[in-house]
Amino acid sequence: MTDQMDVPELADEETRLLPADQTLRALLEGFPDARWSLSAGQDVVHLPSERLREFAETARAGGFELLSDVTAVDWTSRRPRFDVVVSLLSMRHRLRLRLIVGADAEVQSLVPVWPGANYAEREVYDMFGIVFVDHPDLTRILMPDDWEGFPLRKDFAVGSVPVQFKASHRVT
Amino acid sequence: MTEAREEVDLWISGTEEPDWVLSSTDEGAQEIQQEESEFRLREQLGSVVTDDYVFDDEISDDERMIVNMGPQHPSTHGVLRLQIELEGEIVRRTKPVIGYLHTGMEKTGEDLTFMQGPTNVTRMDYLAPFHNELAYSLAVERLLGIEVPPRAQTIRVLLTELNRISSHLVALATNGMDIGALSIMTYGFRDREQILAFYERTTGLRMNHNFIRPGGTAADLPPGWRADVKAIVDNIRARVVDYDDMLRDNPIWNGRTRGVGVITAEECLAYSITGPTLRSTGVEWDLRKAFPYSGIEQFSFEVPIGSQGDVYDRYRVRIEEMLQSARIVEQAAEAMPKGDYRSDDRKVTPPPRMRLDESMEALIHHFKIFTEGFRVPPGETYEAVEGPRGELGCYIVSTGEGNPYRVHVRAPSFYNLQGLPIMMADSLVADTIATIASLDPVMGDVDR
Amino acid sequence: MSVRRTHPTNILTTTIDKAARWAQSRSMFPATFGLACCAIEMMATGAAHYDLARFGMEVFRASPRQADLMIVAGRVSQKMAPVLRQVYDQMPDPKWVISMGACASTGGMFNNYALVQGVDQVVPVDIYVPGCPPGPQSLLHGILTLHNNIMAGTA
Repeated sequence: MTDQMDVPELADEETRLLPADQTLRALLEGFPDARWSLSAGQDVVHLPSERLREFAETARAGGFELLSDVTAVDWTSRRPRFDVVVSLLSMRHRLRLRLIVGADAEVQSLVPVWPGANYAEREVYDMFGIVFVDHPDLTRILMPDDWEGFPLRKDFAVGSVPVQFKASHRVT
Repeated sequence: MTEAREEVDLWISGTEEPDWVLSSTDEGAQEIQQEESEFRLREQLGSVVTDDYVFDDEISDDERMIVNMGPQHPSTHGVLRLQIELEGEIVRRTKPVIGYLHTGMEKTGEDLTFMQGPTNVTRMDYLAPFHNELAYSLAVERLLGIEVPPRAQTIRVLLTELNRISSHLVALATNGMDIGALSIMTYGFRDREQILAFYERTTGLRMNHNFIRPGGTAADLPPGWRADVKAIVDNIRARVVDYDDMLRDNPIWNGRTRGVGVITAEECLAYSITGPTLRSTGVEWDLRKAFPYSGIEQFSFEVPIGSQGDVYDRYRVRIEEMLQSARIVEQAAEAMPKGDYRSDDRKVTPPPRMRLDESMEALIHHFKIFTEGFRVPPGETYEAVEGPRGELGCYIVSTGEGNPYRVHVRAPSFYNLQGLPIMMADSLVADTIATIASLDPVMGDVDR
Repeated sequence: MSVRRTHPTNILTTTIDKAARWAQSRSMFPATFGLACCAIEMMATGAAHYDLARFGMEVFRASPRQADLMIVAGRVSQKMAPVLRQVYDQMPDPKWVISMGACASTGGMFNNYALVQGVDQVVPVDIYVPGCPPGPQSLLHGILTLHNNIMAGTA
């Protein structure tokens, strides 16, 4: 299982890679441990998970009005196991930004910053089992309440049933 | 004697409730108990919402009642379940419960090849299948780093804008029918039939086409398509104006839609609500203008916006969007370039069938593409298009195999549904249906 | 579902039987059970172009107590299955079920954890209509087959 992309490593004295765009540069100034890179031509920032909420608040103040999406990816044998992927959209600057945060079991919730993250985080919890700290109502949203297991994890089988021909039966 | 007993058995069958049903239909009711969730709800809504949304401090136990609506209910918007807290006739709080149509499409998507991917995603927002396919195909093409020929791009624009018209026709039809204007249901579906007939001639299916694939489209437009498209555009222009005339100044329609289901622009942005709902609040945001895709920037069209953010404005935005889409369709038909309908990169596009007899290489490519699937370089990307309900995006992670490692679709209705409790707060029960209809949620999109 | 169930069979009831079956098949009230994409095709079948009204079926009853046909149009998820059963149980006899579409009949293309693989695991089905989604003509064929079966006494 290859890692999804080559994230540039930070050397101690070297200046790190910075985006050309001024808004993004300004955003990254307060976060020396954030690593920016380009993924298929799109801006991606890798963050340590403790700084997620802070970065989100700074981004929101810096012009990213809309939270586009919150989702996760299960990299089974890697530590941290999951990647939580947050897509942001700035309408006034016409920019998109993707934040990728590694998480094992818990991650900070973005609901205090954008209430629209509510359902998306519930879905990530439901599908992956990642707990969002400070989420107002972290319960299952897509699966029944008493469902066991987290379906989108790689160790959860697809659950396919072998196709068989059923004998026709009379219905009264 | 036995016949009489059988008769009695028949009469009482169907009235007993199996025990296990009670446990599953009560789910969610716990969360709405006042002591706990009031605090949570206030916290949840308090951060960015403007002051005119006031949470009532006095909660008297004997006046409030929790009513369950759905998942099977007369409003034709799919299996949405609402738990509504009523104070008399006024709705105070709402909790949508979803998941009744969860199909595990994202999990299935990991087992399908990239060429089969559109069959899966097309069934998510089933009223806008071309938009789902387009978002998926754009994401895969970005990872592949290939360019789609101009004819394919224009075909895509033609089909997606026709899809916007057909989706808005359903929205208009069901919106009208839910409010009581029953004839608009018949009219909307009648005009939709013409568009669906065109889809059937082009793609082979009326719905869920799997036509827009990574690399281009599955086939070229059928002969005689220009006449069909012209007939559709003329029909839409004439009829949609008629429907607008019928409803716009109608006092009953105005009474049931003006000032109902109001949401402000700040609330929309806070809750990630996009699409006609956001545009009805006055924010001019359309991904076709902001981040143009598939060559749509060469066509001129306007983005209609409302001002009040109520049901009436959403209805007007949809009517105008239909007319603007008709404009785009007309321009696309006129400007349709000649050329290939799919990229000629042989690693991605299967060779034409007649070459399979002649060339060994063509045979091998055909075999590999249809069994193993073409391989996509490792990477991750997110591509979004403007669907009829808002920003429809596709996030794909590839590890170099023939299947995606992760497929996630950013469903517009999923986020739009978060605005429902705000729109319904402090309105009457009778406005509930109008509000849901104007939000136009598609549960396939919400639950995936 | 004929009159024969409730009264002993003799020569006097054959005409009443036929009349009852004729009434049942010519005036069915479907319950609104549209779930997914098939629901849109079901609505299209009820609309003007394909017109279910000519078969006496344009009145889709929202309440299952007033319906006698349940067209399960769409994919049935694990969460929806108990609701489906409850709605089926609430329908009074005689009742019929049409499983519309590939997902309702067998789980369709979604052979996974989330869907019930065939709605006949939850309710007894009379007619299966294949397709993804079945066009209105296929659904009409299924409905008319059901009508014929009722008239013949086999449904």
